[in-house]
Amino acid sequence: MLRFLLLFNRQGKLRLQKWFVPTSDRERKKVIRDMIMLVLPRQPRTCNFLRWKDLKIVYKRYASLYFCAGLEEQDNELLALEVLHRYVELLDKYFGNVCELDIIFNFEKAYFILDEFLMGGEVLETSKFAVNVSMEQADTLQETMEEYMSKPAY
Amino acid sequence: MSPSVPLQEMIRAIRSARTQCEERGVIQRECAAIRAQFRQTDNGGRSHNLAKLLYVHMLGYPAHFGQMECVRMIASPRYSEKRVGYLGAMMLLDEKQDASLLITNSIKNDLSHSNQYVQSLALCTLACMGSAEMCRDLAPEIDRLLRSSNSYIKKKAALCAVHIVRKVHDLGELFVPSARSLLSEKNHGVLHGAVVLITELCERSPETLERFRKTVPDLVQIMKGLVISGYSPDHDVAGVSDPFLQVRILRLLRILGRNNEAASDAMNDLLAQVATNTDSTKTVGNAVLYETVLTVLDIKSESGLRVLAVNILGRFLLNNDRNIRYIAMTSLQKIVSTDHNAVQRHRGTIVDCLKDQDASVKRRALELSLALVSASNIRSMMKELLIFLSSCPPELRAQAASGIFNAAERYAPSKRWHIDTILHVLTTAGGDVRDETVPNLIQLITNTSELHCYTVHKLYRALFTDISQQPLVQVACWCIGEYGDLLLKGECQETEAVQVTEDDVLDALEIVLQSHMSTPTTRGFALTATMKLSTRITDNVDRIRSIVSIYGSCIDVELQQRAVEYNALFKKYDHMRAAVLERMPVIQKNSLGQTNGELSEEPMKESQPGKVKQEETALPPQPAGQVVDLLDLLGGSQEPLQPGSSVGGSASTQLTAAPSSAGGDLLDLLGGFEPTPLAPAPTVTVYEKNGVTLTLSCEQQSESGLTVTLTASNSTDSDISGFTLQAAVPKSVQLQMRAPSRDSLPAHGGAKLTQLVVLNNPNKVNLKMRIRVSYTCQGSVVQDMVQVDSFPGL
Repeated sequence: MLRFLLLFNRQGKLRLQKWFVPTSDRERKKVIRDMIMLVLPRQPRTCNFLRWKDLKIVYKRYASLYFCAGLEEQDNELLALEVLHRYVELLDKYFGNVCELDIIFNFEKAYFILDEFLMGGEVLETSKFAVNVSMEQADTLQETMEEYMSKPAY
Repeated sequence: MSPSVPLQEMIRAIRSARTQCEERGVIQRECAAIRAQFRQTDNGGRSHNLAKLLYVHMLGYPAHFGQMECVRMIASPRYSEKRVGYLGAMMLLDEKQDASLLITNSIKNDLSHSNQYVQSLALCTLACMGSAEMCRDLAPEIDRLLRSSNSYIKKKAALCAVHIVRKVHDLGELFVPSARSLLSEKNHGVLHGAVVLITELCERSPETLERFRKTVPDLVQIMKGLVISGYSPDHDVAGVSDPFLQVRILRLLRILGRNNEAASDAMNDLLAQVATNTDSTKTVGNAVLYETVLTVLDIKSESGLRVLAVNILGRFLLNNDRNIRYIAMTSLQKIVSTDHNAVQRHRGTIVDCLKDQDASVKRRALELSLALVSASNIRSMMKELLIFLSSCPPELRAQAASGIFNAAERYAPSKRWHIDTILHVLTTAGGDVRDETVPNLIQLITNTSELHCYTVHKLYRALFTDISQQPLVQVACWCIGEYGDLLLKGECQETEAVQVTEDDVLDALEIVLQSHMSTPTTRGFALTATMKLSTRITDNVDRIRSIVSIYGSCIDVELQQRAVEYNALFKKYDHMRAAVLERMPVIQKNSLGQTNGELSEEPMKESQPGKVKQEETALPPQPAGQVVDLLDLLGGSQEPLQPGSSVGGSASTQLTAAPSSAGGDLLDLLGGFEPTPLAPAPTVTVYEKNGVTLTLSCEQQSESGLTVTLTASNSTDSDISGFTLQAAVPKSVQLQMRAPSRDSLPAHGGAKLTQLVVLNNPNKVNLKMRIRVSYTCQGSVVQDMVQVDSFPGL
């Protein structure tokens, strides 16, 4: 299972953090710092896999964002690369040509999409279309409720 | 109080702050506004306040005052508020916070909500941060949802169940029936969840594993369907149909087929089919192939399939993609001990990977190359490894150096080659070698008497090129001191001789003595060498005398002591000087482990076969009454000892004192180059009850090898007989118990019992040992258990 999934940019600013095991605030900060220090100095065409403590770290750079996941010993690293890629595709479909700004200004949507795709550190939905369909329906649900209450969405 | 701005404006404001200080100011104002808003009762903007707080939290600022707001929002009837509330709960709350208990009730209610999206929020949150109590409370609910007709809910419930099983292992039983029935689903999401759940259940409990073995045919069927099915736009990734599901099924098959002939047979065809049909041009195909290879190598597959798997790994090694090469080497590492010959075929490619730019690939290639060194390829491999050593990144140097030494020690074709190799390593990576290298090398040199001349010439030349590498300088000084006469003779068969005068040699040693780069140990070596030369040269003895007396007032206490003693040797004991400083005898290698309580004086290799025979006959009489619950952990105690049982590399050497007949102060004079401390290992008393005492001392033999000595004594009034010790260690640690020295303990501490335990801890896990003591005293059998959590001297 995945232990965590982090998104950060080249300046080391965190854009998304998802923890699949209970971790204290202090530990989280330490892990984030370590990941940023491990991943940012890597050269462009090097191997995407690292070892850190007892975890395997898989990272991939998409434009200005680094997607970094921590796996356990028996997980398949190549598949983890596919998981990261699939998440990016889902974001792309939802936002239409996603870029870092989309994730900054709509971070809660990024989390909702992630929660439709992964759960408990495992892949939840393997179909490419189902996740976006659920997101659309949930958003509709939210909007109708908002209209009904005549309050603006945030 | 300024009106709070919608979320996106706040984000814009924060991003436009030019300095950290400005940003902090903006955030503080916002947080104050948010806190004020929280205190008010229901207002329309609650959800966006919490969203703002979550953004601030992601930037790293404290947000704990939002926890109660999360709890309130989760309980709200509005979907938008619930959504943000649950998101907040997943980000701000974890099982250690008290507030998390408060949401249990909301989750319970939402699990039975009419709207599936509300249900899914609850399921997601439970799977993310559900504590053990929450899991126990809600497990029946989850089981009910597993049987619902809605696939959307079923797939989420399956992964929620996985989380529950991970948190509370006993609840696994609850989910077994539903998990079994989920395998007949058509929906890939549900199927995937079911496979993950079954994998988790099988990993936790062997009985469940047995029950699920019957599902192997079903899994094979599903897998076949995926592999040969046509294109399905929903699940296709670059030509592979639903790789996520395929990989999970392969992993489950691996667990089910392990150690089971029947199950492995059932999946043989399928694995062959997947291995040949999967397209390996893209990463996704390689991911499936990788998982297939891992499965084939782990189950009891037939040999043709194994060969196919290793060939796939060989193909991976030639792939241009670095990731794939890295993966291939990781997998080859796992099988290098079992399928050694198959891996040897790819040795060329692996050695080429040593030159790769990428540090991860280099590391893997190094480990694999060291594992592939054998007697037949030692010369070519060593050439490659030495080239690697000169250009390798600093973090890999120590590992490379020690690997080279181990390999050289095991497979050296000739002594000269061995010495050359060690010298080469010392010149290239002298700073990263282990401390025992110096005594090992010295011992090797003394043992090859025919090469003394050659060695001292080489070392003298090396000394001139570079005196910064301390181990090299130490060995060079020692050799010059010992064999200086050979150096001065000026002729050598093996190599071109250097024409040196006595002054040149003394100059070299003095340079070492005075250089700021020399450590105190090195200077000690140089001083002793200078002293030894006083018996081997004829003209410049006065110069030596003056050097030695200068150092009589050196600040370094160690040097001062030596100099004063040598001075005394010149002045008062001149008649003994020649005898004291004569040529050293050949140093014996001693094993530090003590078996049967005796200190063995013979070289280790000769005594080992004898000891093996002794111990093999001693093992069977060990009492057959080994208690069942320890048998699982006590894997190694019945295995026969292998002759090369020094785990992980050379045993450390112990130098015997010079046999010269001079008095006690000889040891002081020549103690300078004694490398291994003779201080006894620290002992700790681990068990003391009813007059029986058990002490433990341990010594680190190598990187992962450890020798533990257990000593028992009896201080009661009556004899103890049938005294046995059994030990258990964590799973990844290997254990071998040697025969105890005796099996009875006479009263009043008449004799002690020692027993040696050899441990190998390759994964460097936290070492613990459980020891069971059992003996008969005054006719009654006593059994006791003690756990050792910390080892002295480790």
